[in-house]
Amino acid sequence: MPFIPNLSLKEEMLKEIGLKDIEELFSDIPEEVRIKDLDLPEPLSEEEVVKRLREIARKNRPFPDLLSFLGGGVKPHYVPSAVKHIISRSEFYTSYTPYQPEASQGYLQAMFEYQSVISELTGMDISNCSLYDMSTSLGEAVRMGYRINRRKKVLIPRSISWERKSTLKNYIKGLPVDLVEIEYDRESGKLNLEDLEDKIDGDTMCLYIENPNFFGIFEEDVDEISSIVHDRGSILIVGVDLLSLALVKPPGEYGADIVISEGRTYGTPMNMGGSSLGIFACRKEYLRNIPGRIIGLTHDLDGNRAFCMTLQTREQHIRREKATSNICTNEALNALALLVYLSILGSEGLVKIAKKNLENARLLHDRLVSLPWFKPRFKGSFFNEFVLESTQDVFYMNRELLKRNIMGGLPLEISFPELKNCLLFGITEVYDDKDVDMLIRSIKEVYHV
Amino acid sequence: MYRFASFDEPLLNKLPQRKTKISTQSPHIPEKLRRSSPPKIPNLEEQQVVRHFFRLSQMNYGIENGTYPLGSCTMKYNPKVCEDVAGWREFTDIHPYQDESTFQGTLQILYELEELLKKITGMDAFTFQPSAGAHGEFLGMLLVRAYHELRGEDRNEIIIPDTAHGTNPASAKMAGFEVIEIPSNSEGTVDLEALEKVLSDRTAAFMLTNPNTLGIFEDRILDIERMVHNAGALLYYDGANLNAILGIARPGDMGFDIVHLNLHKTFATPHGGGGPGSGPVGVKKLLEDFLPVPRIRKKGDRYILDYDLPHTVGKIRDFYGNIEVCIKAYVYLLMMGRRIRDVAEISVLNSNYMKEKLKRSGFFDFPHRDLKKHEFVMSCQRLKEEKGLRALDIAKRLLDYGLYPPTIYFPLIVKEAIMIEPTETETKEDLDRYVDALISIAEEDPDIVRSSPTKTPVKRIDEAYAVRNEILTWKDI
Repeated sequence: MPFIPNLSLKEEMLKEIGLKDIEELFSDIPEEVRIKDLDLPEPLSEEEVVKRLREIARKNRPFPDLLSFLGGGVKPHYVPSAVKHIISRSEFYTSYTPYQPEASQGYLQAMFEYQSVISELTGMDISNCSLYDMSTSLGEAVRMGYRINRRKKVLIPRSISWERKSTLKNYIKGLPVDLVEIEYDRESGKLNLEDLEDKIDGDTMCLYIENPNFFGIFEEDVDEISSIVHDRGSILIVGVDLLSLALVKPPGEYGADIVISEGRTYGTPMNMGGSSLGIFACRKEYLRNIPGRIIGLTHDLDGNRAFCMTLQTREQHIRREKATSNICTNEALNALALLVYLSILGSEGLVKIAKKNLENARLLHDRLVSLPWFKPRFKGSFFNEFVLESTQDVFYMNRELLKRNIMGGLPLEISFPELKNCLLFGITEVYDDKDVDMLIRSIKEVYHV
Repeated sequence: MYRFASFDEPLLNKLPQRKTKISTQSPHIPEKLRRSSPPKIPNLEEQQVVRHFFRLSQMNYGIENGTYPLGSCTMKYNPKVCEDVAGWREFTDIHPYQDESTFQGTLQILYELEELLKKITGMDAFTFQPSAGAHGEFLGMLLVRAYHELRGEDRNEIIIPDTAHGTNPASAKMAGFEVIEIPSNSEGTVDLEALEKVLSDRTAAFMLTNPNTLGIFEDRILDIERMVHNAGALLYYDGANLNAILGIARPGDMGFDIVHLNLHKTFATPHGGGGPGSGPVGVKKLLEDFLPVPRIRKKGDRYILDYDLPHTVGKIRDFYGNIEVCIKAYVYLLMMGRRIRDVAEISVLNSNYMKEKLKRSGFFDFPHRDLKKHEFVMSCQRLKEEKGLRALDIAKRLLDYGLYPPTIYFPLIVKEAIMIEPTETETKEDLDRYVDALISIAEEDPDIVRSSPTKTPVKRIDEAYAVRNEILTWKDI
């Protein structure tokens, strides 16, 4: 029997501990709640399971068989083979949370390095060892904001994904705070600073911005935004794309107090959106308010360098309902994958890839707007996603493209009714001219040109 | 004799780097936003990186190194085929916003996994969106809140036994509830009188782990169910210990309204050193319409994502959950099928076998009811009084025997607690070796035990120094 070695020793072991029947071990479970007839299938062998899964897998169309130009935060990036090999070391992936630091020095050192790399990229003092994903990182960031200044008004851009907004609403259900949305500038796609000035006040806990934002546009006026926020004594939370930070000023340099990000696809595949990796970094003065695990450097009895989980009195296993968060299991292996990914690229590789993303996005943008059916929707400059407005019904176009094994841009009007027939396109370093050609050719086909 | 590999492995930024000339300037970045110098991520060759992390891996203990009997963590063997299948590109290279017709395979897996979990737990519907157990608890608490709110009831209290995992009260608090803790009785189960006293029209839910964290089955569960429901409250099941009753009893039949499971415990997906996990939440019909969107449904032979749910709480994260973990659990369950009952039987047998052998040794005390389920808690309070050996010392000494220590100092109601969960995947020889090691440690010179571990890459660690000095990145050194 696979995975249950003692099944054949049942009688022998029962006898050794003075029992006659396995039933005796379950005598305290009331008859009324016992399963009378277990309705589950017969077990399959490994070979049979693999065969069945092969059939199921055939019903999926992965990238690039299905060539996706979807924006919205998730895009395919190349993951060097070494990353998968390292995170497949079973000493890493079959271990538990490092509660016994002497037997977990390897993982602990890696997580200390992860914290260091995140802090380098974001320009923040400290980072935790991960949260679930970027949206839950936002939820935790705002909860931390409340612990810090107890203010009641939370400002967020209207232009964030509906899923992130909904997650945030749930994360603050238990707090006496209100969400207020700041408009985006209809021309540039950037945050509307006048609306920000109107809505921010002395009871504002924080402002959250994304840079680049959900429309792919860079928030250029971060220095101004930062002064507006800090003049009111509020907290600035910035959500970033990690890759863009190879070229973009780190939020720490423009006064961000908390920085969050998403690690998914940097070292791990898209996986239909999960698993994910919530990145969370902040200024050191908030250290004791941080959610999640933190690794610190220390020494052992002999004075040798050592690592351990630290400041655990913030955490649920010690503080229970007074903890800064309920999080226990996080996304450790994905944090390791990101660290290995960044180590293999180095700053050199990262800068190169970021530039390739910028170039490919311009190539795709220019080729699309050269067609008669598209024009840019916003004036602001963009990273690797952008919004185009179409003269045509974009749902029809996407349906037709799908028949040609292409996913077109993400229609925005479902979340933003004013952006009718607008599509959010995304592209990365893994695409080449041929891929863009294929999209352009297919669109022309749709419109019989 | 056992020894850990040990390296003086430098931090990544101290490895010899190649010289580079990098310009971060790009005309496509607005001038005000340009990064003046590249981020300080070391530039290394692939083989340096691989060697670095290979060495780090060798200074880490996983389930494949040996027995890992962490109580309440269900550290069982993770079958390799599950890893392989979840890694196929048909599953990994899927964009969450692709048209649903292009990931019918993954939707089928999620749909069928939901059906299997419904049968195993007796619940009516599952969502896979929670990323871990605590995330599932938080969702559970949001469901409790939404349910009472819709009925116009103002219920703000969650009752929790003193043996509960720390995540229970933390999750309840995060969802805005007040937490009321009740004591356990001498049997190690819920004190029904104490429960009766705190139940009221303010009670929103009672959170319970069954078997509980002492490894004891709450045999008065049907009385508890009646009391909680009579008070108009909901009953929540923490599924951390489901392994003990797989195929034997179902939380749904015990009257639980909400359960969360841990796929990375009970269903053999790896813990990853702290994630990614998956904490599916199952509910009875009365709560189905409150679940997060989308729900996965079957229409004819197509699977669809349904966003039209009248009372949905919305989202608790992006997209659909930690999908690759769900795929691994699905593969495991297809291989186990009806044999999950053997999982429960042998995990409980292994636990009682170890308990009985340790009891006979006479060194340890076993409070509460004698019959345990998949885990048991013993106290080394006498060894502390007689030889000055604390649970911590015994745990550290186990490392020198090449064994991973059990959970210690939990649950809080047992002095010098040692909590052992062997799982069904260990051999009898593994169990005997572990028992022998614990007995041998109890007999050893206490000075040797107190100065352990010595065969690990580092000796006992000064955790207070880490707290005081706050060295949290390589910049702080």
